[in-house]
Amino acid sequence: MRVLVMMSGGVDSSVAAALLRDDGHDVVGVTLKLWGGESDSGCCSVSDVDDARRVADTLGVDHHTFNFGDAFTEHVVGPYADDHAAGRTPNPCIECNRHIKFAAVSERAETLGFDAVATGHHARIVLRPDGTRRIQRGADSAKDQSYVLHMLGQDQLARTMFPIGGMEKSEVRRLAAGLDLRTATKPDSQDVCFITKTRGRGSFLGDHIPLTPARVIDTAGVAVGSVPAVELVTLGQRKGLGLSGGEAPRYVVGIDRAAATVTVGRGADLLVSTQAAREFAWTARPVAGEVLVQCSAHGGPQPATVATDPTDPTDPTRVVVRWRTPQRRIAPGQSLVAYEGDLVAGGGLADGDFLLAGRV
Amino acid sequence: MPHAYLDHAATTPMRPEAVAAMAPLLGQVFGNPSGSHRWAREARRHLDDARDRVAAIVGAKPAEIVFTSGGTEADNLAISGVVAVTGGLAACSAVEHHAVLEPVRASGGVTVAVDSLGRLDLDALEVLLGAGPPVAVVSAMTANNELGTVQSIGAIAAVIERVSPSTALHTDAVAAAPWLDLASHTAAANLVSLSGHKVGGPKGIGALVVRKGTRLVPLLRGGGQEQERRSGTPDVAGAVGFAAALTANAALRQATGVQTEALRDRLARGLLAAIPDAVVMSPADAADRTPATLHVCFPGVDREALLFLLDHAGIGASWGSSCSSGATERSHVMAAIGVPDALAAGALRLSLGWCSTDADVDAALLAVPAAIGQLRSRSAVSSPVPVVFGGRP
Repeated sequence: MRVLVMMSGGVDSSVAAALLRDDGHDVVGVTLKLWGGESDSGCCSVSDVDDARRVADTLGVDHHTFNFGDAFTEHVVGPYADDHAAGRTPNPCIECNRHIKFAAVSERAETLGFDAVATGHHARIVLRPDGTRRIQRGADSAKDQSYVLHMLGQDQLARTMFPIGGMEKSEVRRLAAGLDLRTATKPDSQDVCFITKTRGRGSFLGDHIPLTPARVIDTAGVAVGSVPAVELVTLGQRKGLGLSGGEAPRYVVGIDRAAATVTVGRGADLLVSTQAAREFAWTARPVAGEVLVQCSAHGGPQPATVATDPTDPTDPTRVVVRWRTPQRRIAPGQSLVAYEGDLVAGGGLADGDFLLAGRV
Repeated sequence: MPHAYLDHAATTPMRPEAVAAMAPLLGQVFGNPSGSHRWAREARRHLDDARDRVAAIVGAKPAEIVFTSGGTEADNLAISGVVAVTGGLAACSAVEHHAVLEPVRASGGVTVAVDSLGRLDLDALEVLLGAGPPVAVVSAMTANNELGTVQSIGAIAAVIERVSPSTALHTDAVAAAPWLDLASHTAAANLVSLSGHKVGGPKGIGALVVRKGTRLVPLLRGGGQEQERRSGTPDVAGAVGFAAALTANAALRQATGVQTEALRDRLARGLLAAIPDAVVMSPADAADRTPATLHVCFPGVDREALLFLLDHAGIGASWGSSCSSGATERSHVMAAIGVPDALAAGALRLSLGWCSTDADVDAALLAVPAAIGQLRSRSAVSSPVPVVFGGRP
């Protein structure tokens, strides 16, 4: 098959390209140019492009660079800022997967005559007896990236490959070293590629949206502190609230942007029995029974059922998650992914609506 | 698979005359031309000969030739060097190469509008020179690297002479050098930039012609080589290769130009016949452009995808220029001549060179329409991956 492998310049995608080549595929590597601004890691810097190109040279595969900067700004960076302004907590890596890697790039690959796209994600794609495809957690549970890939549907899964998903990270590095790939010992990138460590999220957002100072009160209404920007505060947040220590941990349990007020309370104040989600989609078909729902990239999955929002049963993308045991509220905008065992069943975005109805 | 190189405006193969001329300099002739012994004198003789030959072709005196590391250094030296003397403003046309645009911007300079073919707007220039703060240097390219558009440096010089005679005129003749008589086309400029590898010489060598009476501050200070204008041990081999290429180019220029115009004409007609909605951005009239460059836009096509397919089909082409990570960016040239972004997104520059053949044109006439057809048929049948991946043993 002709496979376009997205090479970020990291070790995982380097080995993904090598494995595809060794399996006899007609492989072309591509590095995406997504962000023209400051970056200290991520997918876009010239040195990462150099690493990807040199790995491709070593493997004897062609390497190209595609510029999806406009699409990235429109679908990832812009919404990242807008979401914060609207009080949501977005996951830009998920939006990049949703709109760029497995949409714009995948579509271009199809136009260019490729049978599939591949990446170095730690996840697997499995074919079920019923003929549907599902994402399975990566074999290396510490590196599993199925959460950020939850949005891939049947059409995309049929044209996508994750060659290293069945391997431990140590095995990936061992293979890279064996192939003498220059990325074999390169550190993993962790952070949002368009935000630098030195300047940070607050400084980045300050360039894009107005930041509003807010006062911090407790659940009795007593002022206990202040924060420089309500837009940077996330539901459930514990640190960085300027609170004096000594007492039991206090969490953000409420954010009133209009009143520029952040309310802090006990962890128990966050507990709810239900959680609303929007833009929810099932990978194959709806699961009526209990699933495991995970709410952050490496969070613990919790048993719950997922059902269409009873207040609007005509919209299958609006759902209510009913926890088996009460869980903390999820910051609006965070992804909420349902698993059956270690298979992704579906996912959507946490919504802030009708939370009171679910309050324990 | 037939391979066809149609990106000669990016760089062109070295002429055999240049390779042959350089060979001794890469071997037994190794002296530093600034020394005072027989080895130095031998190297100096080669460097002086090279300077004489370059000077003869550009219509300058040997003392007016400053060898540089290439066109970019020559452009930077011209802009920054003149501004540093007088402290005035730098101005350039909006379609200049980045090697001019960036030093102009860095010095706080301004760009001047161009017409729909990319030629400097003389009225706008006159307003700038007559009204604003003193302008130290105006830069306007002899031929544009993306479009092939040729403009009259003499006409620009006439405006300067009339309105602001103390302003220096620089022209980047890098793209013009393979195709035009440099002596006549650049005679009116005080400063002329040239590059070796665009005329079949080696990369890493170029020259700035600095006419007598034009003062400039050097970018590189040191031993004072090149008459205090460009310190550093001269690249003798590069200068010799450059001079040999320029000489061979000049001798063959007219004949090559006629052949190239015929190839370009067949290429343009063939593409327009196969792709009727293609829009040629290069000037139609042969008098307004070089015979080598065909810039064309295909509505609804993504240039990055087009270049990918052409590369796969064995065709080397570009849309204009590339950034350092190899990714394509918006063309300031297309914006300056008023091409909408949506149309510029489908840009393709095919550029011919001294060794282009009918077979190259044949290959392009097969590959380009096929690629456009593939990109426009969004109905490409997709088949699922037939096996399960991820669970490698």
